[in-house]
Amino acid sequence: MSESPLLSVNNLHVRFPIKAGLLQRTVGEVKAVNGISFEVNRGEAFGIVGESGCGKTTVARAILRLLEATTGNIAFEGNNISSLTGKQLAPFRRKVQAIFQDPFSSLNPRKTTLDIIGEPLRVHALAEGDGVRQRITDLLEMCELPARFMELYPHEMSGGQRQRVGIARALAMEPELIVCDEAVSALDVSIQAQIINLLEKLRQELGLTYVFIGHDLSVVRHLCNRVAVMYLGRIMETADSETLFSQPQHPYTRALLDAVPDPDPLTEAEREIEPLHGEVPNPSNPPSGCVFHTRCPVAEERCQHDAPPLVSLTPSQSAACWLVKQPFSNS
Amino acid sequence: MEQSTTLEKPVSAHRRRENRLLATLAKDKKAQFGLIVLGLFIFGAIFAPWLAPNDPNEMTLDMMVNISGTHPLGTDDLGRDLLSRILYGTRISLLIGFSTVIIALVVGVSLGITAGYFGGRLDFIIMRYIDLQWAFPNFIIAVYLVAVFGTGLFNIIAAISLAFIDDFARVARSMTLSIREEQYIDAARTLGFSDFRILFGHILPNTMPPIIVQATVSVSYAILGEASLSFLGLGVSADTPTWGLILADGRGFISQAWWLGVFPGLAIMLVVLSINFIGDWLRDALDVRQAM
Repeated sequence: MSESPLLSVNNLHVRFPIKAGLLQRTVGEVKAVNGISFEVNRGEAFGIVGESGCGKTTVARAILRLLEATTGNIAFEGNNISSLTGKQLAPFRRKVQAIFQDPFSSLNPRKTTLDIIGEPLRVHALAEGDGVRQRITDLLEMCELPARFMELYPHEMSGGQRQRVGIARALAMEPELIVCDEAVSALDVSIQAQIINLLEKLRQELGLTYVFIGHDLSVVRHLCNRVAVMYLGRIMETADSETLFSQPQHPYTRALLDAVPDPDPLTEAEREIEPLHGEVPNPSNPPSGCVFHTRCPVAEERCQHDAPPLVSLTPSQSAACWLVKQPFSNS
Repeated sequence: MEQSTTLEKPVSAHRRRENRLLATLAKDKKAQFGLIVLGLFIFGAIFAPWLAPNDPNEMTLDMMVNISGTHPLGTDDLGRDLLSRILYGTRISLLIGFSTVIIALVVGVSLGITAGYFGGRLDFIIMRYIDLQWAFPNFIIAVYLVAVFGTGLFNIIAAISLAFIDDFARVARSMTLSIREEQYIDAARTLGFSDFRILFGHILPNTMPPIIVQATVSVSYAILGEASLSFLGLGVSADTPTWGLILADGRGFISQAWWLGVFPGLAIMLVVLSINFIGDWLRDALDVRQAM
C-alpha cells in the first residue's frame, strides 16, 4: 500500500516495575509488552488476539497514552505520540478514541447520557448551545438509540444500551482511530452480534479505523481485515483474517484455533484436539528462547535457546517460529 | 433491538433528582423528625433575642430556681435564666458544628482526592502528614492548638476543623483509589479532560456517599468537641454561653439542680441525633443508583 499507515507501532516495550518492601525498591519487572511492531492502515480493522495476560490490553492502553511506553515508539499519522505532553496531546486525543470492555464501569454512574456525551462536546467546543442536544440526538441515532435515552442514568440502561452510549461518546470526538478493548466480551452473545454489526456499519459510514483487542476468535474474524496473535508480550503471527483462520502457520495460532469448539455437536464429539498444557508462564520471568517453547507441541532443542524473529512467509503473513516453512527465506 | 419498557414522556434528570429528594423524604420519618428538630433549633438561634425571657448573662437573686413560669428551664447558680442561655448557646454550638465540618471537609477531601489520584511522591507526602495527625486523638490536637494559640471563637473553629482534616482525607483517598481504576476515568482521560476536571467533575461526586456520613458524624463530634473544650475551660470565652460551658458551670450543682445537667445535654443530644438522621437521608437520596 502506497499510503502511509495511520498508526504504526515500532518495537514497543512496556515494563511494569515490581516493588516490594518498606522502601518500595524495585525487585523485578513484568515485561507486559516485549518488542512488538505493527502498522494499521486507514480504514482497516486490525485485530489483536491472545489469552488473558498476553499484553494485548497493555498495547491498547499504550496506544491511548493511558500509560507510558518504556521504549519504542507509537506514531499516529506519522507523528510520534509517545513524547507528547499536556496541551500537545489535545489534537491526538480528539482523533483517537476508545471503546471499553465493561459497559458497567465505563460510564460515570452519576451522569446522564446527556452529560456523558455532552461533556466532551462542550469541553472541546464541538457544539454549542442548542447544537449540543441536536448533536447528541444525532450521535444516539447513529448508535441506534432513541433520543429519550438522553435523560437516563447508566443504571437505567441494559449492558448493550450502555455500550451504545459508550460508542456514541467516542464518536462525539469525530475520531479517526478507535481502539476497542474487548468491546463486546462483557455482553451477551445476542447483544455482541448487534454491537459488532453496529461497529462494522460505523466503520463503513464514517471511514473509521479500528484496533480491535479481543480473545474471541470468531468475533475478531468477523470484524477484522488483519489479525495479530500475541503471546507473552510478543506477536507470534500476523496475517490477513482469511489466511490466518484458514492456514495458520504458528503452532500457537493452530492451538488457539483448535480450542474453538465446532458448532455441530456430532463433529465436535469426533474431533480430536490436543489442548495446550500448562499455564501461561509468569511474564516477570519469561522462558528463554521462544517464549512459547514450554507449551509448544513441536518445540525443538534450538527453540529453548534462540528466539525466532517474526519473518514474512507471504506478503500478507508473518510468523515467529523456527519450524514454519519459509518460502521467502530471503525476505 | 433492546427496548426499554418505559414509554412515558421523558422527564429531565434534574427534575427527577428534585422529585427524588422529596419522595424519599416523604417516606423517611427519621429525616422528617431531624429536619423539624434542627429547624426549631435554628429558628431559636436566629430569634434568640426575641424568644429568650432574659438576658443570658443577667444575674439575679433567683439562684438555682426549679422549672417555673418565669424561668421555664430554671436558673443556674448565679441566677441566670437557663432557657435564655441555651437559646444563645445554640448560636455558637451550631456555628461551630457546621463551620468546622465544612472547613475540614473542603480541605480534607481536596487533600485526599489529590493524594489518591496522582499517587506517587505527592501521595506519600500528604499521607505521611495525615498519618502523623491520625496518631493523635482529635480532641488532644484541638486541646493542644487552643492551648498554644489561645481561646476565642476563631481559634476554636480553627482547632476543631484542623483536628478533623485527617478523617476526611482518609475516606476521600480510599474512595479515590477505587474510583481511579474505573473505566470511566480512563474514558475521561481519553476524551482529553484536564486532571482538574477529572478530579472535581468525575471523582469527587462519586466519593460523596461515605463523606456525607463522615460529615454528619463529624458535626456531632464538633458540637461535642466545643462542649468538651468549654468544659475544660478552653472554650470560646467565659461570658459567651455555649452548651458545653453551661454543662461545665452546672456540673458542681447537679445534685441540687438536675436541670443544669439535663437541658443542655438534651439540646446536644437532639441536635446530634437530628443531624445524623438528615445525613442518612441525604446519602440515600443523592445516590442515583439506589431504588426509591
